[in-house]
Amino acid sequence: MQWETVIGLEVHLQLATRSKIFSGSPTTFGAEPNTQASAVDLAMPGMLPVLNEQAVRYAVMFGLGIGADIGKRSVFDRKNYFYPDLPKGYQISQFQDPIVGRGRFEIQLEDGSSREIGITRAHLEEDAGKSLHEDFHGMSGIDLNRAGTPLLEIVTEPDLRSAAEAVAYLKALHSLVTYLGISDGNMAEGSMRCDINISLRPSGSEAYGTRAEIKNVNSFRFVERAIRHEVERQADILEDGGKVAQETRLYDADLDETRPMRSKEVANDYRYFPEPDLLPVVITDDYIEAIRASLPELPTEKRHRFTEQYGLSAYDANVLADTRPLADYFEAVVAGCGDAKIAANWVQVELLGQLNRNELDIDNSPVPADALGGLIVRILDNSISGKIAKQVFEAMWQGEGTADAIIEAKGLKQVSDSGALEAMVDEVIANNSAQVEQYLAADEARRKKLVGFFVGQVMKLSKGQANPQMVNELLAKKLV
Amino acid sequence: MHRHSVAQLVQGLRDKQFSSTELTRHFLDRIAALDGRYNSYISVPETAAMDAAAAADRRLAAGDAAVLTGIPIAHKDIFCTDGLRTSCGSRMLDNFVPPYDATVIQRFKRDGAITLGKTNMDEFAMGSSNESSFYGHARNPWDPERVPGGSSGGSAAAVAARLAPAATGTDTGGSIRQPAAFCGITGLKPTYGRISRLGMIAFASSLDQAGPMARTAQDCALLLNTMAGHDPLDSTSAAVATEDYTAALDNSLEGLRIGLPREYFGEGLDAATGALVDSALKELTALGARLVEVSLPHSHLTVPAYYVIAPAEASTTLSRFDGVRYGHRCADPVDLHDLYTRTREEGFGDEVKRRILVGTYALSAGYYDAYYKKAQQVRRLIKQDFLDCFEQVDVIAGPTTPGPAFKLGEKSDDPIAMYLEDIYTLAVNLAGLPGMSVPAGFVQGRPVGFQLIGRHFDESRLLNIAHRYQQATDWHLQEPPEVAEGSA
Repeated sequence: MQWETVIGLEVHLQLATRSKIFSGSPTTFGAEPNTQASAVDLAMPGMLPVLNEQAVRYAVMFGLGIGADIGKRSVFDRKNYFYPDLPKGYQISQFQDPIVGRGRFEIQLEDGSSREIGITRAHLEEDAGKSLHEDFHGMSGIDLNRAGTPLLEIVTEPDLRSAAEAVAYLKALHSLVTYLGISDGNMAEGSMRCDINISLRPSGSEAYGTRAEIKNVNSFRFVERAIRHEVERQADILEDGGKVAQETRLYDADLDETRPMRSKEVANDYRYFPEPDLLPVVITDDYIEAIRASLPELPTEKRHRFTEQYGLSAYDANVLADTRPLADYFEAVVAGCGDAKIAANWVQVELLGQLNRNELDIDNSPVPADALGGLIVRILDNSISGKIAKQVFEAMWQGEGTADAIIEAKGLKQVSDSGALEAMVDEVIANNSAQVEQYLAADEARRKKLVGFFVGQVMKLSKGQANPQMVNELLAKKLV
Repeated sequence: MHRHSVAQLVQGLRDKQFSSTELTRHFLDRIAALDGRYNSYISVPETAAMDAAAAADRRLAAGDAAVLTGIPIAHKDIFCTDGLRTSCGSRMLDNFVPPYDATVIQRFKRDGAITLGKTNMDEFAMGSSNESSFYGHARNPWDPERVPGGSSGGSAAAVAARLAPAATGTDTGGSIRQPAAFCGITGLKPTYGRISRLGMIAFASSLDQAGPMARTAQDCALLLNTMAGHDPLDSTSAAVATEDYTAALDNSLEGLRIGLPREYFGEGLDAATGALVDSALKELTALGARLVEVSLPHSHLTVPAYYVIAPAEASTTLSRFDGVRYGHRCADPVDLHDLYTRTREEGFGDEVKRRILVGTYALSAGYYDAYYKKAQQVRRLIKQDFLDCFEQVDVIAGPTTPGPAFKLGEKSDDPIAMYLEDIYTLAVNLAGLPGMSVPAGFVQGRPVGFQLIGRHFDESRLLNIAHRYQQATDWHLQEPPEVAEGSA
C-alpha cells in the first residue's frame, strides 16, 4: 500500500531576552552551574514571578511575522508535574489562552516551489533546569541556570508531508526568528528544540492515523533522520496489519533509532489551571500596531521582492534572503555594482563557497560588500575578465586590498589596446602554421571549434589579460 | 509599658518616657517569663531585636525616626525573615532560614520597627484553631483551655496576652479576623493586592492577604501605613495609591449606610454572639449610621467554593517542598520517588495533606470542570453579590464567627465543623474585599467580634467606623484575667 506521511511539529524556541521570563537572572549560555539562578528560579518560599515584557514583545513580533491573531488577553497556567529540575513542581505555561493564535507560514522546497503551513498557536512558557547524571556517584546534580529561560512553543497544523518538508519548515522558521531578532536560533545550544508528531495514512485517505510523538530532537539532520526512521517503523507495523501505538518516543542519535520513553518520563495529567501569581496579559491594539510598525522586512517578503526587483530565480532569491546579514550583504553589493544577476552569482558561488570552506559566517567575511561590489564594477567595465576576477577575489580574501589596488599592483588590467593585441595575434599565427592550415581547410562549422585554440594561445601569451572579445574579432580578421 | 497601645508607645518614645531598648527588653522579658503558658511564639531573636532597638534609639535621638521607629512588632512565621528561621508552622521548614526579607518585613525594617519574634500559626496557614502547628498549638489568653483561633493564632494570642504591642497576620479565609475575634483584639484584612505578598509563604495565592492585628483600630491604621503599597515584584499587588490610614479615623458616621446581610444572621449563629453583634450595630446607629437589610444570595455556596479553590491552589503551590533544594529531606532516599514521598509524608501534617489531596482531585482531568471551574464561576457570583450590595450601602456588617472560642481538641477531628468556623469570613477573600474584626463584648468571659466589610480599597472607612466605635465602647480595652491580675 502507498502511505502518506503526516507530520506536525512543536518547536520550543528560546527567546533572546537578556533576563529570564519571570526573574531578573541572566540567560547567558554556558555559565558555571547554578550561578544564574535567583531565589525566584529556585522557587524559594514566598518568591513570586514577574513577567518579562520583552518576552511578550518577542512573542507578539513572531505572531505578526506569521500573520497570526494576537491573543488580546492571554493567560498563564500552571502545568503540574514533579521533577527535580522543575523547582516549583509546576511549569508556568499557557494552555487555554495562548498569546499567539492561528497563523500561516510559507516554506520553500528544494525544487523551488513553496507551500503554506498552518500554525495552530504559539505560547510563552518557562524552561526547566537540567539534571546531570554523571560525576555525582550514583546521585544526580541539578543545574538551574536554564530554569526560567523564556520559550515560545510554536505548534503547526499536521500540514507537513515529508522529512524534507519538515526540515524546510524548520529552516524557514529559523530564518524568520533570526530576521526578527527574537532568538539566536542556535540548535546546538538548544535554542530550537523540536517535538515531532508523526503518523501514516493510506494515500488518498482523509482520516489521520495514530500518531507517535518524538521528543526533543535538536538538529535539522536529526529531525530528518528521526522522521525517516519513524516512517519506516510505522510502515512496517501497518504493512504487517498491526496498529501504531499512541506514545512518546525518543530519538537516539547515537543508535540512530527511535524508542519508547519510559512511562515514568511521561506525565499524563498536568492539572493545568490559571497561575494565580500572575494577572492575565492584556495587549492593546496600540501596542500591537507599534510593534507592527517596527518590524523589519521578513524573509518571505524579501524573497518576493528579490525576484521582482532584481529578476532573480526563486532559488537564488531563497538562498540570498535566508538570513538578514546575507540579504543585506547582497543588496550592498548590488548597490555598489549596479548588476543584481552578477552580484547574485558572485555572492552565492565565490563568497559563500569561501565562507563555507573556512567555516565563517557572513558577518565575519574578510571581503566586505563594498569591496566585492568594486570588483564586479571592474568586470562590468571590461577592466578584467571573469577569470582574472577570481584571481583578484582570492587576493582580496587574503587581505591584499581593494580590487583596484590588486589589479594595479599585479598588473592584471585587461589588455584592450588593439595594437598590443594585434601583435600577440600575429605572433600566435606565425608560431602555429600547421593549425592555421588546418583551420583554413576546414568548413565553417569546424572553424568555430578550431578558433578556440588560437584564442587560448593569445590568452596564454597575455597571461589571461587579453580582452577575449577583441581577440576573437582580430582572429576573424587575420585568419583568412 | 505592655498595657499601652502602639499609638501610646509612639508618643512615649518621643516623650522619652522610655527608650526602644527598654521597651524591647520589657517585651522580651515578658515573652521569656510568660509565653510558656500561651506558646504564641515559635522564634524570638533576642540579640537581633536588641540590636535593632539600639539602632532605633539612635534614629529617634537623631530626629529622623518614622512613626513606628522603635516599636516592637511580632510577625507571623509565614513572613520570610533574612537570617531568621521561617517555619510556616511546619516540620517541612523547621530548618529553613531565608536569605531574604518579605516585602512586609522590609517595610517594617525601613521604618525602624523591631522584629520581636515569629508567631505560632496553623501549618501553612491551614486551620482555624492553631492546632495544626508543628510547634504545638497556641492558647487563648482569655481561657487557656480554648483555641486562640487560626491560622494567625500566635499573633492574636501574643497581642491579647500583651506579649507584643501589635502583630502581623495573614488572612486567606479568615485567618486574621477569626483569631482577632477569639482573642478580643482588632484585626484588618485589607483589599487583595493592597499589601505585597512577596516573601509571604503562599497558601492560596489568589486569596492570601497580609494585615495588621492590634488592640485598636488606630493601631491597625498605623501598621497599615507601613505595610500597604504597590510592589513591582508582586504582579498581583495593586497599583492603587495608598493614603494615610489614620487621616479619616475621626470622621463622623452621620449618614453612613450599613448593610446587614440576612444570610449572616440566621441559623448557625450562636444566640449570645448574635446579641452582642446586635448591640454593636445599635451603638453604630447611635453614632449616626443607618442600618439597611441586604442580601448576599450566594452565601450558601461560599464554603464549598472556597474549599475547592483554596486547596486547588495550595495543592500545586506546595509542590516546591520536595526535599530537593531546601527544607526537610527524608533520610537516605533510595530513589527519586522515595525522596518525594517520604519527604512529603514526614514534612507535612494531616491538614496540609488533606488539602493537597482535595485540591489535586479538584484539578484532575475529568473533574476540573465540575469542581475548579464551577467554583470559579461561583466566586464571580459571590463577588457580584457584594458589588450589588455596595450600590445600596457603604459597608456591610455582621458577626465575625458563629460563636466564641471553642475548646482545644473540640473540632480537631471534624474538618467540616472546623471549616464552618469561617463561614462569615471566607466570602470576603473570594471577593477580594477588605474585612475587619472589632471586639464586641464577651460571652461567658470569652471575646466575640463583629465584622465590617468594605468596598475594594476602602480600608480607611472600615478603620474610621471601628475607631469611632472604639471611642464609644471599651470592649477592646479589656485585658485577659491573667494580664489584668498582673500574674501575666
